[in-house]
Amino acid sequence: MTLAGQNLTIGYSDRVVGRNLNVALQEGEVLALLGPNGGGKTTLLKTLMGLLRPLAGEALIDGRSLVVTSARERARRIAYVPQTHVATFAFTVESVVLMGRTAHGNLFTRPSTRDHVVVAGALDRFGIAHLKERPYTMISGGERQLVLLARALAQEPRFIVLDEPTASLDFGNQGKVMREIRALAASGHGVLFTTHDPNHALRAADRAYLLRDGECLAEGRVADILNREQLEALYRAPVEKLTDMTAGASAFLPG
Amino acid sequence: MTRSASPGLLVAIAALALGLVVAFTVGRFPITTVDLFDVLWSRAVGRASSASPAAENVILLVRGPRVVAALLVGAALAVAGTAFQGLFRNPLVSPDILGASAGAALGAVLGIFFSLGVIGIESLAFIGGLLAVVAVYVIGSLLQSRDPILVLVLTGVVIGSLLGAGVGLVKYLADPYNQLPAMTFWLLGSLAATTASDLLPLLGPVAVGSAVLIALRWRMNVMSLPEEEARALGLATGPLRIAIVAAATLVTSASVATSGIIAWVGLVVPHLARALVGPDFPRLLPTSAILGGSYLLFIDTVARTAAPIEIPLGILTAVIGTPFFIWLLARMQRTWS
Repeated sequence: MTLAGQNLTIGYSDRVVGRNLNVALQEGEVLALLGPNGGGKTTLLKTLMGLLRPLAGEALIDGRSLVVTSARERARRIAYVPQTHVATFAFTVESVVLMGRTAHGNLFTRPSTRDHVVVAGALDRFGIAHLKERPYTMISGGERQLVLLARALAQEPRFIVLDEPTASLDFGNQGKVMREIRALAASGHGVLFTTHDPNHALRAADRAYLLRDGECLAEGRVADILNREQLEALYRAPVEKLTDMTAGASAFLPG
Repeated sequence: MTRSASPGLLVAIAALALGLVVAFTVGRFPITTVDLFDVLWSRAVGRASSASPAAENVILLVRGPRVVAALLVGAALAVAGTAFQGLFRNPLVSPDILGASAGAALGAVLGIFFSLGVIGIESLAFIGGLLAVVAVYVIGSLLQSRDPILVLVLTGVVIGSLLGAGVGLVKYLADPYNQLPAMTFWLLGSLAATTASDLLPLLGPVAVGSAVLIALRWRMNVMSLPEEEARALGLATGPLRIAIVAAATLVTSASVATSGIIAWVGLVVPHLARALVGPDFPRLLPTSAILGGSYLLFIDTVARTAAPIEIPLGILTAVIGTPFFIWLLARMQRTWS
């Protein structure tokens, strides 16, 4: 299965955000979307999820346009992990994850035994089963991100789309989320995420997509395109590269 | 998977039982609890009661319809308030946020102005409430926006104040000796004139609207998330929002048409219910309905017994609701659980 955008023009009725964008994501693969603020990352993300109609071109899941795919069918293939936010109501962690099963029932059904089994499995996988009775509003930011990941997994999707999954997390939790993204790909999911940190793309992604002012600057394997020159062009700012001489791993610092 | 009834729901049911007994026994014609159960039991099994005919009359013909009406109106306003607070993701929203009460008020004062009968006034109030919400919804949808919820609420506020001006104009033009007191009385809310024949036009819409909301209870959890999240989880949010608004408006308009404007119930009771059972709609809706019914039953009992004259319900709910709400604000500063 492939999630793809072909010749996409993205934006809103009153404003074009990006043109001529071509993206493709396979199952089992991680794609990182990088770029400066206001460059169109979130708009592209929403278009690829079918939440926003493309102004031109097509967003396709397995060759079928997302525009003609019902919300329910779409949700069974693509899950969305939004940026963590303050919730209005203090639903329990279990209720939040159970909402991931919405597309597996019809409009009126109550959750089935299987729904509860899937939810328990998702909570276990991220090690948050002990939180299930806690209000979602009373847990830490890192735990909340895991709850949203569990909800996405409970949708049993093929693709998972994450909007800045590491924003507002502490250092340790950023690493944990990176590892979970790798693990999701290892279990066959296609993962697309946006980030402000090229090092996170280096750590967790197979490929990167560099977006500036609504245009694709470069696209390819992270090892090939994430270098000092590309990043300086992407952010229009000096970048320093550090290399660990023993392990051979490298990282970037804003200069 | 079955769950045992939560303690919160049991509290609500206990409040209901207590409210029922008090409402039937207290009043200008006191009735003993023994008589009350005797009359109700005799009626249920179809034999003659040993209580006096006067007591039987008071229970079945005078207090009975009024008790049922208080339960239905209170439950309807609480259910509609719960649905709207979830749908608009705002715990400060009440059932009349989209103009249902303002529309009903204009309908009712027009009915009084044109000297229509009780049925005419109630019908105009009901239709006025529905029309106001339809107008708000249509105008709100025409205004293209990335935040349809916010635009809808703001449109409701604007149209509501326009309808309020209409009410003011009709009151200004009304006959100050006959019509104006009737209008004022209606706008403050009362169940004093409720008879058995009022119950069917109230019960029908309330039952239909509540049934829709209860059927959608699992989806309403998801509808209380931000718009894009709800869509990403697989809901067609547009049609669902219309269904929820229509159902909540139906129950609100039917209750306002029967009782007049009763503020606060639809705002305060959902909070109380959430404090008891949490925000999960499958539990919250029934708890809210039972608490709303009990609350209005209690208020109505006070309204007809506390003073030599009937106290308008709208005034009592405000007097009790305001300090309660301030207390709630102080207690729940951190989270709207």
